[in-house]
Amino acid sequence: MFRFFASRLLQSLLALLVIITATFFMLRFVPGGPFTAEKAVTPEILRNLEAHYGLDKPLWHQYVDYLGSLLRGDFGPSFKYPNRTVNEILADKLPVSIELGALSLVVALLIGLPLGTLAAIRRNTWIDYCASSFGMMGISIPTFVVGPLLVLAFAIHVGWFNASGWYTLSDRVLPCLVLGIAYAAPIARLTRGGMLEVLHQDFIRTARAKGATELRVVFKHSLRGGLLPVVSFLGPAIAGILTGSFVIETIFQIPGLGREFVNSAFNRDYTLVLGTVILYAGLIMSLNLAADLTQAWMNPKVRLEG
Amino acid sequence: MSTLAAPSAPASPGPAAAVERGNSLWHDAWLRLRKNRLAVFGAVSLIVVSLACFIGPLFSPYGYEDQLLDLGASAPSASHWLGTDTLGRDLFVRLLYGGRVSLGVGLAATVVALTIGVVYGAVAGYFGGKLDAAMMRIVDIMYSLPFTIFVILLMVFFGRDIILLFVAIGAVEWLTMARIVRGQVMSVKRMEFIEAARSLGFGKRRLIFRHILPNVLGPIIVYTTLTIPGVMLLEAFLSFLGLGVQPPMSSWGVLIKDGAEKMEEFPWLLLFPGTVFSLTLFSLNFLGDGLRDALDVRSSKD
Repeated sequence: MFRFFASRLLQSLLALLVIITATFFMLRFVPGGPFTAEKAVTPEILRNLEAHYGLDKPLWHQYVDYLGSLLRGDFGPSFKYPNRTVNEILADKLPVSIELGALSLVVALLIGLPLGTLAAIRRNTWIDYCASSFGMMGISIPTFVVGPLLVLAFAIHVGWFNASGWYTLSDRVLPCLVLGIAYAAPIARLTRGGMLEVLHQDFIRTARAKGATELRVVFKHSLRGGLLPVVSFLGPAIAGILTGSFVIETIFQIPGLGREFVNSAFNRDYTLVLGTVILYAGLIMSLNLAADLTQAWMNPKVRLEG
Repeated sequence: MSTLAAPSAPASPGPAAAVERGNSLWHDAWLRLRKNRLAVFGAVSLIVVSLACFIGPLFSPYGYEDQLLDLGASAPSASHWLGTDTLGRDLFVRLLYGGRVSLGVGLAATVVALTIGVVYGAVAGYFGGKLDAAMMRIVDIMYSLPFTIFVILLMVFFGRDIILLFVAIGAVEWLTMARIVRGQVMSVKRMEFIEAARSLGFGKRRLIFRHILPNVLGPIIVYTTLTIPGVMLLEAFLSFLGLGVQPPMSSWGVLIKDGAEKMEEFPWLLLFPGTVFSLTLFSLNFLGDGLRDALDVRSSKD
């Protein structure tokens, strides 16, 4: 188990380094810099600005400097917000995105798991058909259609919620519901498939023959095996929820990291873009790692392949 | 086609009667697909939507950027079936032109993903061993990367170019295809007819492309059908963020973005593009699921 963990961790760190390097050099080779948008910058001012941010040093020097400050946990100054560091901006925006993502994941699991389990137990009944139509809807109707439609219906016409913003508890409802439903659908589908596979196995028949109640069969004997596909989907799902929040934050005008990221890319704010990419990549990879570990813990077969 | 496909029978042991009538695997699959109402619905509506998008604009009196500024945004009427947007452009025509872009990007990016994924997966699966382990580890690692973020960066920095758009999307979407093809190739390459072909002295390239790949065509077709909606979603996602197709050109993502901004006063601007886009995604997913059942493919994805 330790070897498994160590090799996965090493892999993730290596991938993270590749991402940092690739993003760093990509940013430097794109046309246009952070200061080109500002009007009437004389060459002297430009030189001074570049010297101030260390952009006049050779590229490899900048790269090494950046890696060094990263190791100290410093993402550097922002190019576009002169008085703020990237650390401050990230610390400001990340909690919002985390809250949005975590609540959405909870919504997705709360809808997806029971629905998929029910569909598997009551296979080929109306419950099953409803669940699979719901799954199809979740896959086929994108969040950027559902979101505005729900705003139109429940915020503008019925007036239960605010159309945008992130202040009160009720402001959380629509965004998290929209993002959560999109991932509830695949989770329900995977749960159904996993449960069906387990429910057909011999040990379930044995449990039933021993007189175990249906509830016990489902909760005690089947869920652990049946949820394996869901656990391995959690990594990708979390990555999807994080990137999905770009759209949700745009629709509902939530001051999170997703919107900030798109803006910073438009502004050519190199350090902020880099910081956000590293943060996202690190987050997604550690969550993937956690999902892998959970899976290995639940299913010893995986450990051997690690 | 049918002779090449015959050895993959283990994936689908057709009924004995069908074999007597000399039905091929593909014919069997076709019969099964035809019985699946949702899949047929999907196929028919896809054909209708594509025909409308590619032929429809030829018969229209309006172009996609013709503005009738005096008219402004108007509700659906006899002269503008789906109404007009705030610049007085005919929504129906823009929807059809947008469909060309969305479907076109969907197809083109899928072809990119298909090519990379099939070749990569086939090579890894065929050669196996250390090469396979290394290649699939790369896929594993790439799976865990936040690719959407990179696509966004690419689109912001290198201009919002349609060619770049589908190359970028295709480069993201090949991973699952590679995994599926690899798994299939690994099981097919152990079969006797491959042994026979090898003993006849055929080269590796011929073995892979002429003998193995045709036998894993089923999963490839199914997964291709299911990749297209994913790709179209990504394109619309980018366009929604303002990073995809640029005005005055339209795509379904662009129209949904515009519609969402003005839905309060002019709800039809959101409703029609949203409905058509979702309907198309539904159809592709239904068709993909139907094909999966018909070709009896066990997806390694779920």
